[in-house]
Amino acid sequence: MEYFLQQLINGLTLGAIYGLIAIGYTMVYGIIGMINFAHGEIYMLGAFISLIAFLAATTIGGSSVPIALVITLFATMIFTSLWGWTVERIAYRPLRSAPRLAPLISAIGVSIVLQNFSQLAQGARVKPLPPVFHGGVTLMEGGDFTVSLNWLQIVIMALTLVLMLGFTWLITRTALGRAQRATEQDRTMAALLGIDVDRIVSATFVMGAVLASVAGLMVTLYYGVIDFYIGFLAGIKAFTAAVLGGIGSLPGAMLGGLLIGLIEAFWSGYFSIEYKDVATFGILVMVLLFRPTGLLGRPDVEKI
Amino acid sequence: MLPAALRDAALAALVAGALALPMLGFRLVDSASGLTLAGRFDLVAWAAGLVFCGRLLIRLLPPLPAFPALPARLGDLRLKAGWAMAAIALILPFLPFADRNLVDKATMVLIYVMLGWGLNIVVGLAGLLDLGFVAFYAVGAYSYALLSQTFGLSFWVCLPLAGVLSAGFGLALGFPVLRLRGDYLAIVTLGFGEIIRVILQNWQDVTGGPNGISGIERPSLFGLSFKAAAPEGRQTFAEFFGLDYSADHRVIFLYFLILALALATNLFTLRIRRLPVGRAWEALRDDEIACRSLGINPTTVKLSAFALGAMFAGFAGSFFATRQGFISPESFTFIESAVILAIVVLGGMGSQIGIVLAALLLVGLPEWFRELQQYRMLAFGGAMVLIMLWKPSGLLSHREPTIRLGNAP
Repeated sequence: MEYFLQQLINGLTLGAIYGLIAIGYTMVYGIIGMINFAHGEIYMLGAFISLIAFLAATTIGGSSVPIALVITLFATMIFTSLWGWTVERIAYRPLRSAPRLAPLISAIGVSIVLQNFSQLAQGARVKPLPPVFHGGVTLMEGGDFTVSLNWLQIVIMALTLVLMLGFTWLITRTALGRAQRATEQDRTMAALLGIDVDRIVSATFVMGAVLASVAGLMVTLYYGVIDFYIGFLAGIKAFTAAVLGGIGSLPGAMLGGLLIGLIEAFWSGYFSIEYKDVATFGILVMVLLFRPTGLLGRPDVEKI
Repeated sequence: MLPAALRDAALAALVAGALALPMLGFRLVDSASGLTLAGRFDLVAWAAGLVFCGRLLIRLLPPLPAFPALPARLGDLRLKAGWAMAAIALILPFLPFADRNLVDKATMVLIYVMLGWGLNIVVGLAGLLDLGFVAFYAVGAYSYALLSQTFGLSFWVCLPLAGVLSAGFGLALGFPVLRLRGDYLAIVTLGFGEIIRVILQNWQDVTGGPNGISGIERPSLFGLSFKAAAPEGRQTFAEFFGLDYSADHRVIFLYFLILALALATNLFTLRIRRLPVGRAWEALRDDEIACRSLGINPTTVKLSAFALGAMFAGFAGSFFATRQGFISPESFTFIESAVILAIVVLGGMGSQIGIVLAALLLVGLPEWFRELQQYRMLAFGGAMVLIMLWKPSGLLSHREPTIRLGNAP
């Protein structure tokens, strides 16, 4: 029981990170119907930028960890979203009306470029960061096993919750969100009604990059090791999460992320850690077989 | 015009500088007291300056003349080009400037041409987006390696077996997932590719794990081996033809082997496009609903494309294993799938010659720049983006309809 609870906590933390990345995939897919393959690399850049910003902030600002973290958070969001914006501007926008596979290939190219750029700029070695947070809450002490929730896990879950609330507000209550939903439903019609579609698409990429950058910051703090290759697997898993939840659906992406995190944590905890990725993809295949539109996706009726 | 261009370039430079500031401006350095930062802001200035000049040039120079449109009726020209290419490929090893190195590189390119032609059946003809094609390549390679090492079977027996096994994997995977639509299929195939790689990496007893399998048997020509000394009761190639032994013989033999395999793939594709199933693939790609209403069963048609594509990947895989003599999961990562897909899409989906050109461009060129190892992949990714921006529908995208009512206009 204690072990189960501990895995549940670990899984939810991991799932929150996947969910944040998955939202970027699902939004871009919803609005322009492409798999933004480079999104995982944006998350990787977020992790690197957050590490650099954190080191810079502690060097300049002194010893207060919370202040340094707040500075890091904002610096990471700004710089990473700029990367996301630039990628869309250079590699995807000219291909808006191209055949369906062209943006995908372009995205794979961007992903290769960003990965190798980071490797050249920062070196191929794994970058370690000593734990920033110490201690936590002990939830349960049973026999020889202690269930604990450390401060960082609390911060991650709280921050994810705050971001989700803010994000939901943005999508449902603001003019930008309304324009975004209109563009998602019908791009041509939205343009006819005076919505600047290019600007909305850019805004979507920026939002996705902001969420991915926060995920990058979280992963840097949580695992304490990053390298230039982390974007690939996290990207695939986050995309899996988006598909699992029903692509195009924002709550679905979060739900999918949490599920993937839980599956991974429980599989590693109870079965074998080597095959945790196999389990993730296996479950994805099962879900798609029985519910091809994902858990929360709307069935896609094709009209002629 | 000039002030506007200057302002535009300055803006671009500003963005470039901001992009470069964290990633280039600081370098993470491992030191005794943990990670520290080292500044190198000159690089940021360089990046901003380069972008400024580049942007200014693009704005001020007249736009490049448009790529001349290809003539409408290309069929004849393309056929000639195809024969010319095949002829060059046939005599390549005997040309005066061809050394072992060149033939080796040409072999590598041909492997990708063959893989591209195989994937073309799936992506170009049937329109199924497959991001895990490398899985079937891996199945073929490991099938040959394991069959040959466990049962001592020769390459020629294993080659069809590897193809059948790969096709079987294709069927087994395709059967449940081919009902899915485009992008779902992409992610499931991507996942399948990763699953195969993870299994190869972790199933130590059978696959040797990360260490892979080494000492894989080399192929022979009708029992004539290409070793320096033949095994008991056999002859070597050099002895049989009364030549001096040379390691080059095997390299050239492997080259012709892959050339034959690749041409067989091409011939197969060209012929099957004229059969009902081939026509059904293309019809299904263009309009699935119309096909259903005409009584074509989409699942079986897609499944056949998937299995056949997988079979050719299996052939290519066992050739790869016999050429390298060593395989490990390292060779079958997602990047390989991406390269093969890029070759098909860059070539212009469905165009057989386009695939050859794209393979030469994407695999052949980087092979020459191996010395620049570090920047090779960077340039590769950049080239993928640039070619797509330049010609979004591929290098040779124009395609004659396979069938036409009446004479062409």
